[in-house]
Amino acid sequence: MTSDRRVVIIGSGPAGLTAALYAARANLKPLLIEGLEAGGQLMLTTMVENWPGYRDGIMGPDLMAEMRAQALRFGTEVIEGNVTAVDLGQRPLTIAIDAAGRITTDALIIATGASARWLEIGSDRKLSGHGVSTCATCDGYFFRGKPIAVIGGGDSAMEEAIYLTKFASKVTVVHRRDTLRASKIMQDKAIANPKIDFVWDSEVAEIKDVGRGEVTGIVVRNVKTGQLRELPLDGVFIAIGHTPNTALVKGQLELDGNGYIVTHHGTRTSVPGVFAAGDVQDHVYRQAVTAAGSGCMAAIDAERYLEGMPEHAETVGAPRSVEVRSPQ
Amino acid sequence: MASDKLKTLTDSNFDQEIRSGVTLVDFWAEWCGPCRRIAPIVEQLAGEYEGRATIAKLNVDENPNVPGRFMIRGIPTLLLFKNGQLADTLVGLAPKETIAQMLEKHL
Repeated sequence: MTSDRRVVIIGSGPAGLTAALYAARANLKPLLIEGLEAGGQLMLTTMVENWPGYRDGIMGPDLMAEMRAQALRFGTEVIEGNVTAVDLGQRPLTIAIDAAGRITTDALIIATGASARWLEIGSDRKLSGHGVSTCATCDGYFFRGKPIAVIGGGDSAMEEAIYLTKFASKVTVVHRRDTLRASKIMQDKAIANPKIDFVWDSEVAEIKDVGRGEVTGIVVRNVKTGQLRELPLDGVFIAIGHTPNTALVKGQLELDGNGYIVTHHGTRTSVPGVFAAGDVQDHVYRQAVTAAGSGCMAAIDAERYLEGMPEHAETVGAPRSVEVRSPQ
Repeated sequence: MASDKLKTLTDSNFDQEIRSGVTLVDFWAEWCGPCRRIAPIVEQLAGEYEGRATIAKLNVDENPNVPGRFMIRGIPTLLLFKNGQLADTLVGLAPKETIAQMLEKHL
């Protein structure tokens, strides 16, 4: 049975778009399915200062628009849709897309990334959109002149806290340890900001007030003393990390204890022909540039896999390898 | 494109426009990344539900009063009104199917 596609990519962050760029330049005519959170986590950021080549930084959404345009330029086909199911148990691999029906493919690159983690204390989800948010760039605007809290101690938490000082009267960072996980440069920026203060060794026990349907404060618990304290404020921004988007492949691919796709020998997964790139398989580095790097690796791994397939000779012509190796 | 079927609401025409029937309002802003993702979905729905429901958008930057009234603190948010009464709320990104289901529930 012939497949509709040689390679399909799920996800449109740095990993997915870089995989698409390389696969397109290898003449594999990749199909990329963007997903709901198109562009990935960088769409929710402001200035990206660690993307090599932009010495003055670049806005996250602008960087993603550039990557998308570059992938399109070399012949990537993009579907603005969502994958609803995959069947990796038979050949060819099958993908169900809400906007395009069922598609079969020889190789699949999964770059579905990770999404913001919630506190999962009940009140956070209930007050989502009513004062609790996981997106500072989306919702900071609604807290002009108001006191708010940022939960978390990593780079994203510091970035959000600093960004939110543009709007909020005061930003309280609540962190469950007594030191930050964030990089030194981000820590220094946050600590030097007069609008930011810190509540250490504390976790959020409750967000009030679910009954009123708006945020009026948070109850924090000191993890060392157990002492509870209420902080009156109007908004809560959660930046405690991410969970991998692997619901689609659960039970079909090997996942680790935290739900990340397990890769070996580069980007190979437990199913031949299925590759994973970016934050969906990386809980260590989680950078735009490492995601892009692994997207490139996945495209090269997929290309080599396809070269070894029996139908290779009929479907892929010789000029391809010439094009791949031609220097720019 | 169905853009002409998508109504633009403002602080001044809001109450008038949602008074009768089922109206779905997309609260958005230029600077909101996820809003850009939901916009084409809402636009498609405007075409598909023409004559059955009013599909509209409201820019929260230019119209602060209506978002304030409904305590909107995050976007994208979709509010569904039935004969002027708030009947349903959907916060954040949602696939087209979920939004269509919300509409169907009230039609």
